[in-house]
Amino acid sequence: MVKTFSLTKKQTIILEKLSQAMGISGDEGEVRAVIMDEIRSYISDHHIDALGNLLVTRQGSANNRLKVMVAAHMDEVGFMIAAEDGEGIFRFECIGSIDVRQLPGKSVLVGNNHQPGVIGARPIHLTTASDRQTRIPLDKLRIDIGQGKNPIKPGDHAVFNTSFRRVGPSLAGKALDDRLGVAVLIELIKDAPENIDLQASFTVQEEIGSRGARVAAFSMKPDLAFVVDSTPANDLPAWDDEENATYNSKLGEGPAIYVTDGATLSDPRLIRLLKETAEKEGIPYQIRQPGGGGTDAGTIHKQAGGIPSVSVSIPGRYAHTAAGLARVSDYVNTVELMKATLRSIQPDLLAQERK
Amino acid sequence: MKSLIQKLTETFSPSGYEQDIRQVIRAEVEPYADEVRIDPLGNLIARKGKVGKNGRRIMLAGHMDEIGLIASHIDENGFIRFTAIGGVMPHTLLGGRVNFVNGVPGVIGGERIMDIGKTLSISQLFIDVGASSPKNCPIQIGDVASFDRPFFDMGHRMVAKSMDDRIGCAVMIETIKSLKSSPHELYFTFTTQEEVGLRGAVASAFGIDPELGLSLDVTGTGDTPKSRKMDVKLGNGPAIKIKDGGMLSDPRVVQWMIRTAEKEKIPFQREILESGTTDATVIQLTHSGVPVGCLSIPCRYIHSPSEMVDTNDVENAIKLLTALMSAPIRL
Repeated sequence: MVKTFSLTKKQTIILEKLSQAMGISGDEGEVRAVIMDEIRSYISDHHIDALGNLLVTRQGSANNRLKVMVAAHMDEVGFMIAAEDGEGIFRFECIGSIDVRQLPGKSVLVGNNHQPGVIGARPIHLTTASDRQTRIPLDKLRIDIGQGKNPIKPGDHAVFNTSFRRVGPSLAGKALDDRLGVAVLIELIKDAPENIDLQASFTVQEEIGSRGARVAAFSMKPDLAFVVDSTPANDLPAWDDEENATYNSKLGEGPAIYVTDGATLSDPRLIRLLKETAEKEGIPYQIRQPGGGGTDAGTIHKQAGGIPSVSVSIPGRYAHTAAGLARVSDYVNTVELMKATLRSIQPDLLAQERK
Repeated sequence: MKSLIQKLTETFSPSGYEQDIRQVIRAEVEPYADEVRIDPLGNLIARKGKVGKNGRRIMLAGHMDEIGLIASHIDENGFIRFTAIGGVMPHTLLGGRVNFVNGVPGVIGGERIMDIGKTLSISQLFIDVGASSPKNCPIQIGDVASFDRPFFDMGHRMVAKSMDDRIGCAVMIETIKSLKSSPHELYFTFTTQEEVGLRGAVASAFGIDPELGLSLDVTGTGDTPKSRKMDVKLGNGPAIKIKDGGMLSDPRVVQWMIRTAEKEKIPFQREILESGTTDATVIQLTHSGVPVGCLSIPCRYIHSPSEMVDTNDVENAIKLLTALMSAPIRL
């Protein structure tokens, strides 16, 4: 059976709203508002904790239900205004990991009013060949909003100014890491299973060290946790036609299941559950290459006496830059895999010791 | 004792995949414990005793995981690229043998050496399991391997892989067996995932909520040619840790350990370790804070195929730990 991967117009609009919402770490309010608009009619209760995590429990009706946390982070990488040099020109810092080489010439949105600006750099006319060999350091870059009269103050935030768009089989936009995961979690809330208590956790401050997830897991004390994130895909052919052995994940090959990254050794029982569910349901999946990096699972699994955890990611090219690229099919398959996996959870899933 | 150490060090259990070593240790400690449980991260917790008069709730932690490798890519000719679990040093790998958790053996090969003076990095190494394509390769991405490095006994010295920290586990196992009576509620905790960042201890310490914590682990030595500067020598007794790369031991705990060793006439060394740390680091920060210390077993060539400990040091560590746990503690 060949599955088709279509998004309804409504789903596309949700993805667009989520991608274009401005929500760097520590200032996730716009994203939270988009989520609340979507889920309000499906939930009876929600909680926004001290750090800003949006925590929603949907209780099932079966007996002996496990408490299953599913987490996706609302925040994105971006910038914070550090000082004004006058005439609407600002020094700034990066929030989260950003490759400074990516910045010169990029369009940004600054402050609560989404004031457009640009990260300026000297034009090619006025640079020498040797200038162009060296990276411009962050302390020589400025955000220029073009006018001296403005309400922008140090501490205000900025994000890449990128319009979300659907391009054939792909989705392009900023902050796909992890608004795609957020969208998956919204779908799970709308179709919550009866066999478990779903603890949907939209977390804050993942990009600066999974700080929100840590307190969310502590307060929700789930029996187990899934994290839905986006992992980089470095799947282009190698420049010298050698076999690419360090792709991390590949676009179009389905949700990427984690065995290990720099922060978590996934619980083998949950890895098996995901793989077996995918195989049973005919959903493609890939194993994310073991390596570095980390997701919210890194702090969740160590909380409150230990929480068996695993991550599933939607592969995305060009993560943490102005324009990410992901496949619709990977997004849809991740929704399907997570729905099927949650539905297949039995109360005795963790009765056997970890192995 | 030596046969126990051989059994422990020849069991394969990299971080996150501790099921085999957990079974071996469980069989050893269960007859001597009042209660044995396994927590969500796979830590094995054996409780002995209840808090008696002048007693405390004490967590003893030795980690049962070891460093290992994990497959990250099967290339078009069936060679397995891999990455490390824990602090694997690439110069110890080339030519070594591994066993995957599913029982498949392999050897570690490397790309062409262009400069004999330079170590190949992990990304230049691969595992050969005799396959010729991804299709006939019995290993999948994400499969875990550990090192095939047999134990051998040199008399007053013992050599094996994973002395770090199966020797700490052995000291705890022998202590639970030899302990006659104790005023304390003792949690012999065989932790998981230490080598990737003390993760098992974070979870188990939270669950135990101890009033005092001690880790049992190996420490480096400064007694080999041009080694690091360090005042610990093999054979001079177990080491009482004062400081390492992640922890300052509680001075009261250090003094109690020294007093006890002196009283029992057990040789010991004072340990300052510049880099590296143990489970005690995270036990210290549990709940509202816990006084901690660490009893170290000096070990040469840590994280190499041949980790070496001194038999007398091990025996003295067991004596000291038994003495420490046998009497009330004044801090």
